[in-house]
Formats: sequence, C-alpha cells, structure tokens
Amino acid sequence: MRSVSPPAGGSVPGRGAAAPHRPAPRAVRRGAARRAAALTAALTAALLAAACVPGTDGSAAPGAGGSGAAASEVPDPAKAGKATLTVWDQEIRGGQNAELERLNREFEEKYPNVRIKRVARSFSDLKTTLKLAISGNKPPDVIQANQGYPDMVAFVKAGLLRPLDDYAGIYAWNTRYPATLLNLNRVSADARNFGTGRLYGISQTGEYIGVYYNKDVLDDAGVEPPETWKDLTDALPELKEEGELPVQFGNLDKYPAIHTFGVLQNQAGGAEEARESVFGRGEGFDDDPTREAARTLADWKKRGYVPEGANGTGYDDAAKKFADGEGAFLITGTWQLADLKKSMGGKLGFMPPPPAESGAPPVTTGGQGLAWSVTSRARHPQVAAAYLDFITSAHAADVMTEEGVLPALPGKAARRLPEGSADAQMVDGWRKLNDSDGLVPYLDYTTPTFYDSLSADLQGVIDGKLSPGELSTRMHRSYTSFQDKQAGRKPKP
Amino acid sequence: MSAVSTGDRPGTRASRRVRLPSRAAGGHSSRAPGRPRAVGYLYVLPALVLYALFLLVPLGQTAWLSLLHWDGLTAATWAGADNYTALLTDPSLRGPFLHAIVLLLFYSALPVALGLLLASALSRFRVRGAAFFRTVLFLPQVLAMVVVGVAWRSILAPDGLLNDALRAVGLDSLTRSWLGDYTWALPSVGAVGTWVETGLCVVLFLAGAQRIPRELYEAARVDGAGPLREFFAVTLPGLRAEIAVALTLTIVAGLRNFDLIYITTSGGPGNATSVPAYEVYHRAFETNEVGAAAAMGMGLTVLIFVLTVTVSRLVEGRNR
Repeated sequence: MRSVSPPAGGSVPGRGAAAPHRPAPRAVRRGAARRAAALTAALTAALLAAACVPGTDGSAAPGAGGSGAAASEVPDPAKAGKATLTVWDQEIRGGQNAELERLNREFEEKYPNVRIKRVARSFSDLKTTLKLAISGNKPPDVIQANQGYPDMVAFVKAGLLRPLDDYAGIYAWNTRYPATLLNLNRVSADARNFGTGRLYGISQTGEYIGVYYNKDVLDDAGVEPPETWKDLTDALPELKEEGELPVQFGNLDKYPAIHTFGVLQNQAGGAEEARESVFGRGEGFDDDPTREAARTLADWKKRGYVPEGANGTGYDDAAKKFADGEGAFLITGTWQLADLKKSMGGKLGFMPPPPAESGAPPVTTGGQGLAWSVTSRARHPQVAAAYLDFITSAHAADVMTEEGVLPALPGKAARRLPEGSADAQMVDGWRKLNDSDGLVPYLDYTTPTFYDSLSADLQGVIDGKLSPGELSTRMHRSYTSFQDKQAGRKPKP
Repeated sequence: MSAVSTGDRPGTRASRRVRLPSRAAGGHSSRAPGRPRAVGYLYVLPALVLYALFLLVPLGQTAWLSLLHWDGLTAATWAGADNYTALLTDPSLRGPFLHAIVLLLFYSALPVALGLLLASALSRFRVRGAAFFRTVLFLPQVLAMVVVGVAWRSILAPDGLLNDALRAVGLDSLTRSWLGDYTWALPSVGAVGTWVETGLCVVLFLAGAQRIPRELYEAARVDGAGPLREFFAVTLPGLRAEIAVALTLTIVAGLRNFDLIYITTSGGPGNATSVPAYEVYHRAFETNEVGAAAAMGMGLTVLIFVLTVTVSRLVEGRNR
C-alpha cells in the first residue's frame, strides 16, 4: 500500500515558465502529468492576465506632483461651489478624535458649501491601506502621511502628493512654524532625502519623549523629582533599594526601546550627531554616545532598574502598570499623557528628560504628529489648503488644548492650564524644546529599514544578546549602506 | 496478527475507485460511462471561473510581482530571479522559513500525536461527559485567532497566569518572560498552536475511530494484543486517512500562521519568531518591498504545496 514515489508537483511551476502558450493536451494522459499540464495552462493564463508592469498606468508617473498651477492668493473655499473634501486620518484616540471632529464641524459651518467626508482609521490600518487609496482612481483629497522614507518620501517619489510651498507662503506657515518642525515634512526635489526641499505637509500636533513620574512613589522613597539627568540616574539605585521599580518599561511591541534609547543617546551627548545622521548628513552611529546609550540600557536591565521581563511586556500594559503605581518613572511620548492623567490625576508628573545641568535647555527625541498633506489629484486643492490652515490655526490649537492634545503651536488656551499640572509641564517642555531647538527626530527615520533593524537589535541589547559595540556597528553599517545606495543612484537623472 | 492486516478496510480512497466493466454495451457512445467527457467542464465552469478569478489570477499576479522590484507606487523594474536568490541567501529572509519549520513541530506533529493519544483513550474507555470534553478540546478552533492571541499574550506575560501558576507551586526558577525570551518565544508561540490544533485532531480521529469495525478490535484481542499493540495494529492504520487530513490541515495552518505572531510578538524578540506569512505582510505593506514579499509568498506556496503533496502520498497512500 505504501508508495514512496517522489512528488511530481514540485516541477510544475518551473514548467509553467518554460512552456507558455502550450494548450492543455486533449489526449487523455494519465495521472500527475495530465494534472500538471492543466495546472501549467492555468498558471500560464493567470500569468499572462497579470502581466503588465505595475505602477506604469500613468497615474503615478514621477514628477506628477510638481505639475499643476501654483496658487498665488488666499483661497476662498466659499467660492468653490459644492465641494466634498475626502479626508483620511488616524486621529482615532480620545482627545485627538474629539478635537478633529469639533474642527471639522466648525469648518463645515464656516463654509456650508463644503462637506467633509472623513475616513478615520488606526495608525497601522491607515499605513497599510493609504498606499492603495492614493494611487487608485479616486484618491482622497487630504491625507495624513507618516514622515520618513517608507511613506511620505515614497508617495512624493510616485508624484502622489502636492507640494505646499505656495500655500506655505500665502498662509505664512513658514513663519508660523519653527523650521525644525517644518523641515520634517520636507522632501527633496529628487525624492531621495527628506528634511530638506519642498514642503509636503503640515502637522497639527507636537510630540516628544519625556519622563513621566509618579509623585506618590517618589515621595514614599524620599526622592525629589529630578532637576538634572544625574539626579535621575542617582535616584534609580535609591528607588531600587526602597523596593520600588525605578523605571517602568514594556518592549514587547519592539518600538518603545527606540524612544528610550534615543533619550539615552541624547543624554550621552549624541543629540547633534544623531539629528544630522537621521537626515543623512552625519557621520553615522559608530560613535561613543551610541555605545554609551546601549551600555546604559543594558545596565539598567542588569541592575533591575527596568523590569526583568521588559521584552515580554506590552507597551500599553507597562503604561497601565505605571498608572497603577508600579514604577517611579516611565519614559515615553506625550501621546500617553491624556490616558495616564485620567487614571492618575494629580499623582502624575511630567517633564522633558532633565538636562545635564539644572535649568539648561532640554534635549530629547521628538517631532510632530503625522503630516497633513494634499494629494496631487485632489479635486479641490484650494479647499484642501484652506482646511489644512484651519486645523492648524491658533483657534485650532486652543481646541486641541481643551481636548488634552499637545498642539504643535500652543496658543492662548495653553497658557491658562493650571500651574504645575502635567499638561502645563508638557506644554512648557514643548516651548523650551522648540526655543532651544532641542528636538532630535525619531531614529527610525534614518533608513527605510532602520525601524526593523534597530527595534530588533535593541531587544537584543536589553536581553544581553547583543553588545553595545555590535549595536553601534550594525546601526552604522545600515546607515552607510543606505547612504552609499543613495549616493550611487545620484548620477542618474 | 495476520487477522488484522492493515489497509483493506472499505472506504480508503484507493479502493473506493470502482473499476467499471470495460466498454458498456450501448452503442450511442464510444466512451465508457465513467470516462470523462468534455461536457463535464461545463458543469465545473462556474466554480472554475470563481476559482480562477480569486485564486489563479492573484497567484499569477504574485508570481509576476515576484520577478520585479516594486515599491508599490512607482514604476516597477525587472528583477529576474533576484528576489528568489535573496530568499535563499539572505539570512533575514531565510530565517522565517526555519522558524516556520520549527513551528510545524508544534502546529502539526505534536497535535497529531496528542490527538491520537486522546482519541484512542476517549474511544477505548467510556468517559463520562465525553461530549463535554470533545467540545472543550474543539473550542480553540472556533475562536478567532486574534482572540486566542490576545488571551495568550496575557497568559504568557511576565506577571501573567502561567508565571503566577509556576510561582504558586514553588517553581519560581522556571518563570520567565516567555514572549520576550530569545530561546523561549518560539516554543511559546508554538505551544499556543498546539493548544489550538489538538482539538481539531482529536475530533477528526474520534470520528475516524468510530468507523473502524469492532471486529478488528475483537480479532486483535483474541490474538492476545494489549492496548499498545492494538493501537499500532488497528487504530493507527485505521485512522490513516484522518491522519493525512489532520496533517494537511495543521501544516497549512502552521505555515500560514500570521495573526498569532502579529498579536503576540510582532516577530520579536529580535527576529526570533518571524515567520514567512508575517514577513510577506510586513514587506508588502510596511517597507514597500512588494517584489520580495511576493517571492516570499511564492516560496511559502511552494513549501505548503510540496509538504501537502508529500503528506497525501506518504501518509494517505495516494500513489497514483
């Protein structure tokens, strides 16, 4: 009964390629050979049906974004006639959703002829569907594009986004926004680099990595909120001795370590170099601050300053534990503030990572929310531009503050926040960071694959599997090989 | 033991194929009634159209994309076999396949073994509330994989149920961050697979065991076979077709495992649990490497195809 004849199926795909166009023979043959032939024919037909080069159907021709008349005067959406503005965004969390819904409603009231059709998706859902949506036949008018190579730069390269430099001039966005923030939404004319070149979007919100602290836990351990970075690092062993977890940290989702590492790298004196390297202008990551940051991270794990199971704890779980009183510090982004405040109330404190010397300007990893961009085939670009201006205006900033969101440009409402509250500390830190140009972009912007490699490698550093030296070498290799590739392509027109 | 020679039980697919008497006497057709006729294609046409539209065409498209360098947006460039060469040489592309093979042990081999054990136990002894146990064992199959993933992520967390249980019985030294440990993450995810797939195997085998004629067991007992001998001489050969089905289903489930990895580890720690299906998604949608993703998808398709064909030949005994 037992047959050990080799599977004939393995050869089928190869045959399909070698013998296209051969019709399935009608003569009755036996068994595998006949089935294989039928499959070959089917595959060949399917291949032929699919055989056209994707991306050449005109819509996505390179440079398309540059065409179209540049605007020269303030658009008036009221004169646009009946217009529907399709907007794809990912502002689905509590405060952000509320803020945007309010602003959308106000915009529609201001211009009754404009209807906003909002498509809200989670960040990762937006990321996976946006590419298909904006390269399709009916692209949305306004989208939220993630900064960096895989999204914004790729869209610009495909000519899917409209440059906004004309509107930036008309609406004075150039002076409204600090250059550091605006630059993050720029892509070079040849669509190879970002951080420089044409403006492809503006952001509503600001965000940066800071240090949350639990006032009760610090009080119990007799530790003052740190004023300098040394205060903070000195507090860790003290807290540990008191039986408290010094730093809450969950890295199962891989990305949180990039933020923690960025903060440590900045504190080790690598801020300037890291910023240059993210934009492809630096010396890379084969430097002491990078190694020292990795050493510190591994050391924190070894000494138990971060939880033993950090790599196996979810990011949200860690935040929840921190809110429940487990952990004195939590190093993460301002986007957590609203949720943490809800469960911790007055116990919650927040600050940018404390500087080396008390009162010195802070430095940290951060940037701004996703860029709001106009697609190159938007039916009403002038209405879209007016919408962008509206949701980033001073009035919008106040709406954001009221809903607990950090506006990129805090307005009047931000000044009325109660002194000493976590919100006020957050806005205050944001002002200081912008005044002193202390923001370092997210490290994962560096190359298209940097997020993958860095997040995976940092889990290795935390585990002790990867030495600080190796991490630095790998980051540097990834950086240089991408830069070489970029440079190598440059001679081509 | 000759009384219980294997394989001749009615119902195996090979013996079900009825040989018709050659050349029916009727003169209106030159063909025997059992022979395929062209009109048969007409009957399968609606199904074939759907199959082609939703399976063959996408498969062809994937094959075509795998020969290109494409970021999903701009014009694609010809890559030839580049993507496939990378599949064989690049450790970050090869790794997921190795992980998938390891996972097969947990998704396929272990559930089938456990399923055989449980099924033979459940069918041999009268268990009170057997229906209840069957339902409980089968339950994971009914749950959406996302639900399973979320539940197990919390069970395997550093202060999750598993570690709590270990601490409660004094096995503190065994507690670890299961999903964050380079050595244990893959087996942990695998164990979840075992949990999910075992129920399916048990139910399949129980159904199959009911069709094994009682006489064979009686004959075996008369011949003096113990429970072990009985299992290997009667139950195992009797379940051959079911084992093949179970292996095929679990192998396919194991190899296209995506949701569980996506929910629990995202391929981490490091890349210790990355699997092909996850990498296909990751590359196609997140890093704009559509060609590489398509090549990986084709590799996965071929692997599943080869494994299932092997199973159907070796285990099920379809040698034609």
